[in-house]
Amino acid sequence: MNRYTRLSFVREVALIIVGVLFLVPLFALVNVAFKPSNSRTSALELDFPPSVANFGLAWGQGALGGALINSFIVAVCSVLGVVVIAAFASYPLARITRRWSRLTFYLFIGGLLIPTQLGLLPLYVTMRDLGLLGTLGALILMNIGTQLPFSIFLYTTFMREMPLDYEEAALLDGCGPVRTFASVVFPLLRAVTGTVVILNSVSVWNEFFTPLLYLSGSGNTTAPVAIYNFVGQYVAQWPLVFAGLIITVLPILVLYFILQKHIIKGFAGGLKG
Amino acid sequence: MTLSATVSGLNSVPAAVAAQEEAARLKPPAPARKRVSRSGIRAPWWFLVPALGIYLFIVVWPSITGAIYSFTDWNGLASDWSFVGFENFAEVFSDRRAVAALVNTVVLAAVVMVVQNVIGLGLALAVNNTIKSRSILKVVFFAPVVLTPLVAGYIWSYLLAPEGGINSVLSSVGLSDLAHDWLGDPNTALFAICGEIIWQFSGYSMVIFLAGLQAVPEEVLEAATIDGAGVWRRFFSVILPLLNGAIVINLMLSLIGGLKQFDQVMAMTGGGPGTATETISTTIYKSAFSTGEYPVSIALAVVMTILIAVLASVQFRLTSRKAD
Repeated sequence: MNRYTRLSFVREVALIIVGVLFLVPLFALVNVAFKPSNSRTSALELDFPPSVANFGLAWGQGALGGALINSFIVAVCSVLGVVVIAAFASYPLARITRRWSRLTFYLFIGGLLIPTQLGLLPLYVTMRDLGLLGTLGALILMNIGTQLPFSIFLYTTFMREMPLDYEEAALLDGCGPVRTFASVVFPLLRAVTGTVVILNSVSVWNEFFTPLLYLSGSGNTTAPVAIYNFVGQYVAQWPLVFAGLIITVLPILVLYFILQKHIIKGFAGGLKG
Repeated sequence: MTLSATVSGLNSVPAAVAAQEEAARLKPPAPARKRVSRSGIRAPWWFLVPALGIYLFIVVWPSITGAIYSFTDWNGLASDWSFVGFENFAEVFSDRRAVAALVNTVVLAAVVMVVQNVIGLGLALAVNNTIKSRSILKVVFFAPVVLTPLVAGYIWSYLLAPEGGINSVLSSVGLSDLAHDWLGDPNTALFAICGEIIWQFSGYSMVIFLAGLQAVPEEVLEAATIDGAGVWRRFFSVILPLLNGAIVINLMLSLIGGLKQFDQVMAMTGGGPGTATETISTTIYKSAFSTGEYPVSIALAVVMTILIAVLASVQFRLTSRKAD
């Protein structure tokens, strides 16, 4: 079963063909972005010489620089916030066995089934009344709130399986609870922290619905919202549009190809609970 | 898992529930474990305060008020409102756009759930093998998952356009009769969107199935082979039952992701032509933020929540029972 047979070879060739087909849309993305704007060739034909003019134009016309910086700020703050807040919250949830602790845990887990659309309008009105509409702060707060349930679920279930010995040792050495958690427990959680960071970074970076609502009408945009506006403006100028698309997905794709193993493991690992 | 699978985005949420319920089902209730140690470890309750505060403010409170407002004539602006019973729901079910959105969303979620998981399982079985290029193929199949769904939607709307890549490939192989305005025809637009989502997230299903396949011991498969089980028999009687956990999680993820679908539709059709690809999420968005029909929007969100809860639990019941 483990030998490389002729059948394996056939299978391998077939699978490589499927893999190439999977990459066609990504190839089209790159190929079209390098076409001159008046090109009449199809998505899969190469144009010579390739034109890089689209990228400069897209960068300028789409205000993509600002949007990328905003996306970056939102992603970093949201992910940092989720990690710290969820890890701290999970400590009592995992270590205290009282009834209220279990009920609080279920309160968080229940959030996994509630779509954000349910609270959409009331929260929008509250944010408006607080003057937070159009700010990155509103977005960061939103992201932290909606990502908390899953992150708390991961941290708590992991921590419940963790032995108490290290904490006891820290206590004997005279550490208070904050010190124990920050310098003993939290470092032991790094596998979960990795998963939480990966899943949340990808979903926050790609998020479209929330920023579309909370930033509309303000000068602020994030990468997906900037792209939405940009495409609305330059519809059918595909080479220009595709250059813009590449600029906004480049950060996440580069990260993916550098950290592929960790990212794939993160996605699969989060699921095993 | 995620994501906001995106899910919209990569929605990791439903998987967690599935994983947890699955774990609860498989394990006997854990004996009360001593989490408070003899030596008196104290986990301070106030560690919970920031999380609870933000969660109540962002999720719990708005959701409760949203559910209550769905029985009122609240219009988003005026501070006074009164109860109107089920009037808003009656309006939702008599609104052609909203009904079309409900039907489209269920069709889309069902098609994506089935096809994405069949392809994902096929890829997982194929990659989980002796072939030499398996690690690079895994990276290739998973790559669309991290791509921004909105961007993926735009790429596909270009490929599916009347003069786009798919039609030009069809004509170049002599199948120009099949060439089509995929997104402009109300009969194909919804399925074209399903195709995009399936392309994007099959790699996600694959990764989860691969994690499940790790749990299928090689010896069991060898034993089955010695007992005379063929390829299909091994698949249906040995591999599939052992993959039950991964199947439950995968179906749950793709179902809930499909029911929340927003990004790709906005990129590819904006809900058109007509109402052919309108989904619940796009209708909630439009009725609140472009046509100002707040009651419809908010009642539809309640219907969506119920739909997710009901379909997810039906799916969970059906798939988990198979293992018994």
